[in-house]
Amino acid sequence: MAKLNVLQHELVPAHHVVKKEEEDKVLKELGIAKDLLPRISRSDPAIKALEEIHGPLEGGTIIKISRKSPTMGYSVYYRVVTSEVFK
Amino acid sequence: MTGGISKRIYRIQFALLSPEEIRKMSQVKVITADTYDDDGYPIERGLMDLHMGVIEPGLKCATCGGKVDECPGHFGHIELAMPVVHVGFIKEIKTLLDATCKSCGRIKLTEDEIRSYRERMENISLSTSDPEVIGLMSKRITEEASSRSVCPHCGTQHSKLILDKPTTFREEGIKVTPKEIRERMERIRDDELLFFGLNKEVARPEWMILTVLPVPPINLRPSITLETGERSEDDLTHKLVDIIRISQRLRESRDNGSPQLIIEDLWDLLQFHVTTYFDNQTAGIPPARHRSGRALKTLVQRLKGKEGRFRSNLSGKRVNFSARTVISPEPFLSVNEVGVPEKAARELTVPVSVNTFNVEQVRELVARGPEARDESDRYLAGVNYIIRPDGRRIKVTTQNAEENSKRVEPGWTVERQLTEGDIVLFNRQPSLHRMSMMGHTVRILDSQTFRFNLAVCTPYNADFDGDEMNLHIIQKEEARAEARIIMKVQEQIMSPRFGGPIIGGIHDHITAMFLLTHGNPMIPENVGVHMLSYLDLDEMPPVEVHDGKRYYRGRDIFSLILPKGLNLRFSSKLCASAREKCEYEDDPEDKYVTIINGRMVHGTIDEAAIGSFSGVIIDRIFRKYGPEATAKFIDSMTRLGVGFLSIRGFSTGISDYDIPESAIARIEEISNDAIERTEKLVETYRKGELMPSPGRSVEDTLEIEVLSTTGMVRDESGKIASNFLGLNNPSVIMARSGARAKMLNISEVAGMVGQQSVRGGRLNRGYYGRTLPHFKQGDLGATARGFVKSSYMSGLNPLEYFMHSIGGREGLVDIAVRTSRSGYMQRRLINAFEDLKVNESLRVEDTVGAVIQFKYGEDGVDPTKSDKGKTIDVDYHAYDIEHEVA
Repeated sequence: MAKLNVLQHELVPAHHVVKKEEEDKVLKELGIAKDLLPRISRSDPAIKALEEIHGPLEGGTIIKISRKSPTMGYSVYYRVVTSEVFK
Repeated sequence: MTGGISKRIYRIQFALLSPEEIRKMSQVKVITADTYDDDGYPIERGLMDLHMGVIEPGLKCATCGGKVDECPGHFGHIELAMPVVHVGFIKEIKTLLDATCKSCGRIKLTEDEIRSYRERMENISLSTSDPEVIGLMSKRITEEASSRSVCPHCGTQHSKLILDKPTTFREEGIKVTPKEIRERMERIRDDELLFFGLNKEVARPEWMILTVLPVPPINLRPSITLETGERSEDDLTHKLVDIIRISQRLRESRDNGSPQLIIEDLWDLLQFHVTTYFDNQTAGIPPARHRSGRALKTLVQRLKGKEGRFRSNLSGKRVNFSARTVISPEPFLSVNEVGVPEKAARELTVPVSVNTFNVEQVRELVARGPEARDESDRYLAGVNYIIRPDGRRIKVTTQNAEENSKRVEPGWTVERQLTEGDIVLFNRQPSLHRMSMMGHTVRILDSQTFRFNLAVCTPYNADFDGDEMNLHIIQKEEARAEARIIMKVQEQIMSPRFGGPIIGGIHDHITAMFLLTHGNPMIPENVGVHMLSYLDLDEMPPVEVHDGKRYYRGRDIFSLILPKGLNLRFSSKLCASAREKCEYEDDPEDKYVTIINGRMVHGTIDEAAIGSFSGVIIDRIFRKYGPEATAKFIDSMTRLGVGFLSIRGFSTGISDYDIPESAIARIEEISNDAIERTEKLVETYRKGELMPSPGRSVEDTLEIEVLSTTGMVRDESGKIASNFLGLNNPSVIMARSGARAKMLNISEVAGMVGQQSVRGGRLNRGYYGRTLPHFKQGDLGATARGFVKSSYMSGLNPLEYFMHSIGGREGLVDIAVRTSRSGYMQRRLINAFEDLKVNESLRVEDTVGAVIQFKYGEDGVDPTKSDKGKTIDVDYHAYDIEHEVA
């Protein structure tokens, strides 16, 4: 059976890994410390799908999520991969 | 009110009071059951001893020397003649007795078990301080110890200890006295207490058996003096009197060697009094009663339940400067106003600080006294109290007003009565959204009720069948400014829920504007002028002359209340479903309401134009001309509606639903036909010839087929009935214009009520295989499953009436379930979101600053200002610009 890539489902917004060297730029733009960003569990299906492409993601990696918005076209959201796994 | 946190709770410890501790904190040993002597002076060593605090002005506390409001009160104590059990600890006492040996006092576990359990208990206590975890472990240990009948340490044989509720213990039918229990508890070793979840530093089990009883300070149980001059004691004092009396008699009987039986009876009585002193609703014993037969309110009753200290006094704070009364409608008030009865206005006050600029006006105000009226006997705001800079309040009376007015100086504060134009907050519970509390300006009116414009019923969800509402008088300038700028009704016209108007025309407004504009009626000049007299206008509508008579046109009159420059074109509700030409309009152009430069040229005004939730005109006026113009439009609309309807007349009644005999016969025919068709369907099903539709069972297919048949006849009968009910019928006018009810309701009254349902299917519950015993089991015919072929006009037969009630009950149950469920869900959401805030850069944060949303709503759009959730309606703006007048 073919494995399902959740990221390709139309209801799942686009997830992208923010490169280590770009992290500071993103945080500066937002004007916020990394620990105040919303978190995402390492066990999240989207993270698992990203790991298929990028290899293991360590805790603290910033994920950029672009969601479709009826008023703005798309809106950007950032989440930080946690070091622990939420149940 | 200033300053930050002065103290922070680091931890809470629960402990037992030891007899020594009770004696130590006690200021007096109470030995007499009496309270006051003949002169009304507290008896020494009595229950009202001055050492326990003062409640009478003039006296001083014998402990701290404080006067009435200075002394916090002090504890006393009673030495009980014999020990008694504390009801609050009865469960713990039982476990302790069950798990330990009655002779050696050791826990009934082997040394090995003790060692291993001790280790685990200590580990748990170290790693967590969660009482639940400790409690669970302790429960397991004590259960194991209790199940042993032979003590592993001394070999004593134990029989089962039975708790005879609430406070008596029996062993092999013989009573174990509290004294004996206490002795057994004393034998329990300190180092084994941790198995019971007790901390040996602060709790010894024998302290759960009372030998000394603390007497609470007098401040906790003040006596009250009745109007007759008679003293009445608090329930707690009564109970303490009983305890002392019995304790004394018990002591005497014991000391002079009375028979054991008498002593035991007294001991039980003492136990009863102490038990009810703690909790007067203990199961198994009758509650102690007052002389009048009322159950006494003792310690537990003071704290517990909705009327207890927590829910009533700590969570339920009450405010001053507020009023509550019944509401009633007043169309001649603006939406921004609220009518306040004079009685309330005299009581409610606004503080006015006196300064050099207003001192003269304030003096004049004070001089009026508290019952001021002008020369034509109308209400004038007076002053109830004046407050000196040192905080002392002086009551103003009609007699001393003149004199007091001269004393007022800058720096004083004056409590002025409510006056016209004051801004107040008006609220109806349940306060489910922010429009449940809005700012109104005051109008002082006669009579006893709060009154407001009917258009404001919608946001408050109010009607006038006895609803009451609350009024709050703002006490500070900042709050007044906020109320004026953001809370006033006109500022709340747009709902943050859907970006459209929530305040707009209702019932009569819609009916009136519909009749005024539909078909653009000709209104004789004299009638028109009368209607216009309800409005405040600068201009008159154009006059048309027909056959030498002068007329106004309905749309021209309506246009008068529209702002100049408004350009709008939209489909009316009446013609919403029409394709090319609307069946209700003679002119095809009237399918659309067309407004050019504030003049209505085509169409019919109905719910779509001016209704709350939908009104396009209200929506556009608000966006183009702002809150004030919108409020003015709604006010004028209300007045015009009243003016128009009261001169034209509008009424509804059951004759609205009269249809010709032929139509009734036709409906009868088609309903019989439907019953027959259902019969046939059931027949095919019985023969097993019914073809199931894809994805369904044969049974489901039958049900769906029958439902669609019955649904069809209902619609059909509705159509037949509507053919005879045109737009000259008041009920139809209300339904078509959206003022009230739907066409479906009319067809139920005139045509047929139709199939009743529960949970979307035909009625099938009740008896086995049938709804009522009138039917055969398994009857699937139309009548047996809740098809009502009568109309409300013709009346329902008893069977139909029963079926209809089954269907009706579902609606009621649904409402009850829905409101409680959604109410709780909303409460949880509110609690989860209450301290989130939107910061300067539109980021949503919690109190720590952690991000919830990077931009409010992901797009930063305020839904109140959005156009039904969209950012902009391009078509409207194009139309507006196209018709812009230079």
